[in-house]
Amino acid sequence: MIGLQHYLVVSAILFVMGVFGIFLNRKNVIIILMAIELILLSVNINLVAFSAYLGDLVGQVFAMFVLTVAAGEAAIGLAILVIYFRGRGTIAVDDINRMKG
Amino acid sequence: MSMTASLALTVPELILSVGALLLLLVAAFGGDGFARAIGWGAVALFAAAGFALTGPAGNGGPGFDGLYIADSFAAFAKLLIYIAAAVSVAVAPGFFARTGGGYRAEYPVLILLSGVGMGMMVSAGDLLTLYVGLELQSLSAYVLASFLRRDTRSAEAGLKYFVLGALASGILLYGISLLYGFTGTTLFAGISDSLAKGMGTGQMFGMVFVFAGLAFKISAVPFHMWTPDVYEGAPTPVTAFFASAPKVAGMALLLRVAIEAMGSGTDAWRQIVVFAALASTILGAVAAIGQTSMKRLLAYSSINNVGFALFGLAAGSAEGVAATMTYMAVYIAMTLGSFICVLQMRDRDGQPVETIASLSGLSRSRPGLAAAFAIFMFSLAGIPPLFGFWPKFLVFDALVRAGFWPLAMVGIATSVIGAFYYLKIVKTIYFDDPAPTPFAPAASKLEGGLITLAALAVSPLGYLAIPLLDATSMAAARALF
Repeated sequence: MIGLQHYLVVSAILFVMGVFGIFLNRKNVIIILMAIELILLSVNINLVAFSAYLGDLVGQVFAMFVLTVAAGEAAIGLAILVIYFRGRGTIAVDDINRMKG
Repeated sequence: MSMTASLALTVPELILSVGALLLLLVAAFGGDGFARAIGWGAVALFAAAGFALTGPAGNGGPGFDGLYIADSFAAFAKLLIYIAAAVSVAVAPGFFARTGGGYRAEYPVLILLSGVGMGMMVSAGDLLTLYVGLELQSLSAYVLASFLRRDTRSAEAGLKYFVLGALASGILLYGISLLYGFTGTTLFAGISDSLAKGMGTGQMFGMVFVFAGLAFKISAVPFHMWTPDVYEGAPTPVTAFFASAPKVAGMALLLRVAIEAMGSGTDAWRQIVVFAALASTILGAVAAIGQTSMKRLLAYSSINNVGFALFGLAAGSAEGVAATMTYMAVYIAMTLGSFICVLQMRDRDGQPVETIASLSGLSRSRPGLAAAFAIFMFSLAGIPPLFGFWPKFLVFDALVRAGFWPLAMVGIATSVIGAFYYLKIVKTIYFDDPAPTPFAPAASKLEGGLITLAALAVSPLGYLAIPLLDATSMAAARALF
C-alpha cells in the first residue's frame, strides 16, 4: 500500500536533486532551468499528496497555480538566457563571471 | 462579505493592473515614442492607487474569505511601495537617455505590474495570495534587471537574479507545501490556530523553508549572495527600485507571516530572525569595506540595513514591528536619495561612472550634490542629528524592552563598523584631490528636486515627522497583533 510517506519521500528526493542540480552543475544554464522545474514539480507532488490525504481541495488548486507560474517562469528564464547568449556567445555556467562578489 | 465589498478592498491593485494593461496597449500601438508619456501615466497611476488607500482599501479588514487583508499595516507598506516605485519610474528616462538609449515603454509597465504584485504581498492573508503576489513581483523584477539588453552586465544580472530567485521561490514553495500538509490549511489565521496547539517537526520544517525563501527576497544573510552582482549589473534606476520597493514588500510580508501566521511559534522563529539579523548586519558592514563600486557598496549597505530592520522583528513585540516599519520608511528615503545621487555621477563626457574613487573632489565641482551625498551617508551610518539615527534608536529600544540587550549591544557595535565605510565616502568627497575627469554639471531638475526632497526628509527636519510616523507605524503594527 502506497501511503502519504512514500509520496513525501519521493518529493523530498526530487527537491534535493533539484537543489543539487543548481549548485553542483558546472556545465550549462539550461540544466539549471531543468533543476528549477524539478524543484517546482516536487512541490506539486507534495501538494497533491497532502490534498488527497487531507481530503481538502486547496492543495490541488495550489498545484494548478504553481504549474501556471512555472510556465511563466520558464518563459522569462529562457528569454533572459537568449539575450545573454546574444551578448556573450556562451551559456556555460563557468563563464557567468563578469561581476565577482 | 459580498464580492463587491471584497473588490472594493483591492481598488489600488485594480487601478494598477488595469492601468498597466491599458498602458501596455498604448505602448504596443504607439511604439517607444510614447515611452515618456507612459512613464508619467505610470506615476499618475501610482498616485491614484496611493489615494485609493484612503477608502476601504486602507482599513477594510479581510476580504475574499480571508485570502486578502486590507488593514492599516498593508496600507502603510503600500504607501511606501508606491512612492518608491513612482520615483524609480520618474528618474528612469533621463538615465537611459544619457547612457545611449534603451528606454522602452515596457519599463513603466513592468514596474506597475511589479507594484500590483507587491500590493498583493503585503495584503496576503493566505499562502496562495502570498505566492502569487511574490511571483508577480519577482517575474517583473527579473525582466527589469536585464532591461539593457545589449549590455552583457545587465543580462548577466538578470540571469543570476532569475536562477537564484527561482531557487528561492522553490524553497519557499516547499515550505508552503509542508505547512499546508501539516496544518491542513493555507489561511494565515488557520495556520496560527494549528501552531497554537504545538509545533511538530513537519510544521517546523515548513516554517524554516518559508523563512529561508522570504529571507532571500529581502536579501538577508545567508541568502544575500545575489544582491551585489544584481545591484551592480542592473541599470541604476532599476537598482534604486530593487533596493527600495521590493525590500519594503518583502519585509512587510515577512512581518505578517511571522506575526499573523506563526505568532504562536514566536520562540521557534526568533532564533532564525536573530541569526539572519546578526549575520546581515555583520556581513553588510565588513564586506562593504573593500568595495570600489558605489553600487556594490550600496548593495552591502542594504544588506546591513535589512539586518537592523530585522532586529525589530526579533523583539517580537508591537513596538518592534512598528520600529521595523519606521525603519523601512526612513530607509527608503535614504536609499532612493543615494541611488539618485549615483544616477547623477557621470564624467565630463556624460558617461556614467560608478567607482567610489571618481567621487573625489566632488565637493569642489558639485558642492550641492556633495552635500546631499554626505547627508545620505551620515544618515545611513545612523549618526545624529540626521534622521537615520531615529529608526535605529527605535529598533534597539524595542530590543532592550523585550530583554534582548546583548543583541542590541552587538547591533550597535556593527553599526560602528558600518560607519567606517560611509565616512570613507564622505572623506573621498570632501578631502581627496579632485579626480582627473571632473563631473558633468547637473542636467536634470527632476533628479535635483528628488535629491533635495530626500535630503530634507533625512535631515534633522525629519524629526518633525516623528509624531505622525509613530502614530501610523504603531497603528500598522497593532493591526497584526
